[in-house]
Amino acid sequence: MSVVPIPARRDTSPAAAQGGRGAGLSWLAVPALVFFVGFGVIPLVGVLLLSFSSWDGLGDINFAGLESWRAVLSDPGLPHALWVTFLVMALSWLVQTPASILIGVFLAGHQRYRAVLAVLYFIPLLLSSAAIAITYKALLDPNFGLGAGLQIPFLVQDWLGEPVLAMGVVIFVVSWQYIPFHSLIYQGGVRQIPRSMYEAAEIDGAGRMRKFFSITLPQLKYTIITSSTLMVVGSLTFFDLIFVLTAGGPGDATRVLALDMYKRGFQANLMGPASAIACILVLVGLLMALLLRRLGGRDASASQMEGA
Amino acid sequence: MEIRTTSRRTFLSLSMGLPLGAALAACGSSGPTRPGTAASSGGGGGGTSATYWYLSTQPQEGVRTRTMERFNKANPNGTIKGTTFQNDAFKTKIKTAIGAGQAPTLIWGWGGGTLRSYVQAGQVDDLTPFFEQNQALKDRLFPSSFGAATIDGKIYAMPCETMQPIVLYYDKRAFEKIGAQPPQTWGDIMDLVPKFNAKGIAPFSLGGQSRWTNMMWLEFLFDRIGGPEVFQAVFDGEKDAWSNPAALDALGKMQELIKAGGFIKGFSSITADSNADQALLYTGKAAMMLHGGWTYGSMKTDGGDFVPGGHLGYMNFPPVDGGKGDPGNTVGNPGQYMSISSKATPEQKEIAKKFFATELMSDASVKEWVGTGAVPIVKGADAAFASSPDRDFLNFVYGIAVNAKTFAQSWDQALSPTAAEVLLDNIAKLFQLSISPQQFVTNMNAVIGK
Repeated sequence: MSVVPIPARRDTSPAAAQGGRGAGLSWLAVPALVFFVGFGVIPLVGVLLLSFSSWDGLGDINFAGLESWRAVLSDPGLPHALWVTFLVMALSWLVQTPASILIGVFLAGHQRYRAVLAVLYFIPLLLSSAAIAITYKALLDPNFGLGAGLQIPFLVQDWLGEPVLAMGVVIFVVSWQYIPFHSLIYQGGVRQIPRSMYEAAEIDGAGRMRKFFSITLPQLKYTIITSSTLMVVGSLTFFDLIFVLTAGGPGDATRVLALDMYKRGFQANLMGPASAIACILVLVGLLMALLLRRLGGRDASASQMEGA
Repeated sequence: MEIRTTSRRTFLSLSMGLPLGAALAACGSSGPTRPGTAASSGGGGGGTSATYWYLSTQPQEGVRTRTMERFNKANPNGTIKGTTFQNDAFKTKIKTAIGAGQAPTLIWGWGGGTLRSYVQAGQVDDLTPFFEQNQALKDRLFPSSFGAATIDGKIYAMPCETMQPIVLYYDKRAFEKIGAQPPQTWGDIMDLVPKFNAKGIAPFSLGGQSRWTNMMWLEFLFDRIGGPEVFQAVFDGEKDAWSNPAALDALGKMQELIKAGGFIKGFSSITADSNADQALLYTGKAAMMLHGGWTYGSMKTDGGDFVPGGHLGYMNFPPVDGGKGDPGNTVGNPGQYMSISSKATPEQKEIAKKFFATELMSDASVKEWVGTGAVPIVKGADAAFASSPDRDFLNFVYGIAVNAKTFAQSWDQALSPTAAEVLLDNIAKLFQLSISPQQFVTNMNAVIGK
């Protein structure tokens, strides 16, 4: 069910854009539309219906009106889970974006060793979140982990047992996993910037820093928005990693909405409230995606090549 | 709960993150449950087959597989087809399969609250008539194991496999180091804490992230202070049952022990899945550990010289001064349980019943279970212990089970999944000291009977 928010991403899918461009091309959108309806809309409607029912996952599904919504909205756990979700979203964005831009800009050069580095950087992305979580959990174990093994006192901390440290570990591991992906996006973005702009700037006597802040960064505006949208909406679905790493703990310090949904639905057998949370997740995802699109500004469709 | 000992490969349970459609499709493809096709293709001489999903933890998987194979050899016209699963994957998959009407013929589980939810959904057959017809089979099994199989006076599952009380383990070497004896009372425990800490040994090992590990402590404290009635009232859904003064006393004592440094530093980030808590005991980092009988086998396998060298000590949880509970009582798993799916065909149900009556707890199976260092839930199983290298431990466990006035089922298994989840959450917070005993009581009273 963690897949549910994905339709939010599809909100900006090419299918919608093509439909508006001309009726002649609209049949091209049919396969996409079929998949979108089959795997996006229908489950979404199903979840919405489930949120108005009571079901333990085993017996009959009974209509229960607003009971699940009332239970979820009056639960003090919800504001907490929302807060943790936004915290994870904000922190992971803050850590990932600058790092990804810097690595992306660095990798956009054309020397051969950078190609090798790019491949190395990419490795974390190829591993599954669960495998990463298990590995980090073993490394961070206060008694048998890296710190104890290498006898480095600083590393011997109760990493996953203190609320603040646990949150830090989650952000670190998430960043470690996804920075490569976003670096790749930025690398592509940087390579799109016309060389002539840099040449002109060099003639005007601009230095390295000046070129970065006056050309590279502004030209990356739309790449930043794309990457941020992926980060923000993607952070709503961080489930596997947190589930394996901390299981939402200690206490409920890292209990994000997606985890809350899973625990209610599959561990506590409360499919109704879990579906209500799934709907909230979809809403939050949609809102965040729309907000970021707005941030892109009215000139979002203007050519980036203008300066050339 | 025995399966929890091994690494719960939690990542397998991530399949639950798939969309419902895909999950159901997966059940359909790998689920051996196509009663219609199985029955119709049976004409060719292969016969009908019943289906059975079980856990892939060794050495238990081997015993289960061989038990099934012996049955199939004796009954070539009505065989059982088995599929193995990891613990967490099984728990979710079986629930999804049952909800989708695609359950295997034999539904394996822990009884209690989960079984109750199956019964309420009308998904498992009433086995009371079966046991009336097979009185000898019923008499062969420990009566205490039937409690978790009985819902509203009817038996819905056959108790099987092994009994696993929770045991207080200790490292004899650690006690020699501080020149002390194993604790005889709760007061002794509190006295031992500073002594061990002074020597740089953690008094108790605990895999707190798993939550149910913490729960074992409360189960014993509640019982020793107030007797089994305290939790029974919760189980029976009595209003404000958690407000019992004995419960508050137990919760307070628990937090006292935590504040005194009774548990290893960082216990709330240690999981029981990786057996790290057991490793703390056999590597000498912790002196004692409250854990299930199932950990004996893995400590023997993984702990090097620890078990064979005679360094492992074990005892029942000590009494609490002034407590009302019988110190002979125990908690844990009174057995494992196997039900028959109501959705199975009559032929499949017949095969299942034959399996229950002839092979599931046959002498051959009992012998194999003893071989894994576990105590089968069969009366007189101790006769098979004499030749076992683990006979001391086996006799100890058997003695606990036979002598216990109450063998209570683990709380998270006894309660409904809904209440159990809230319970585990609150226990984690109690051990984090982020809620007070009073808040715990208030939170838990709110979900009584749910």
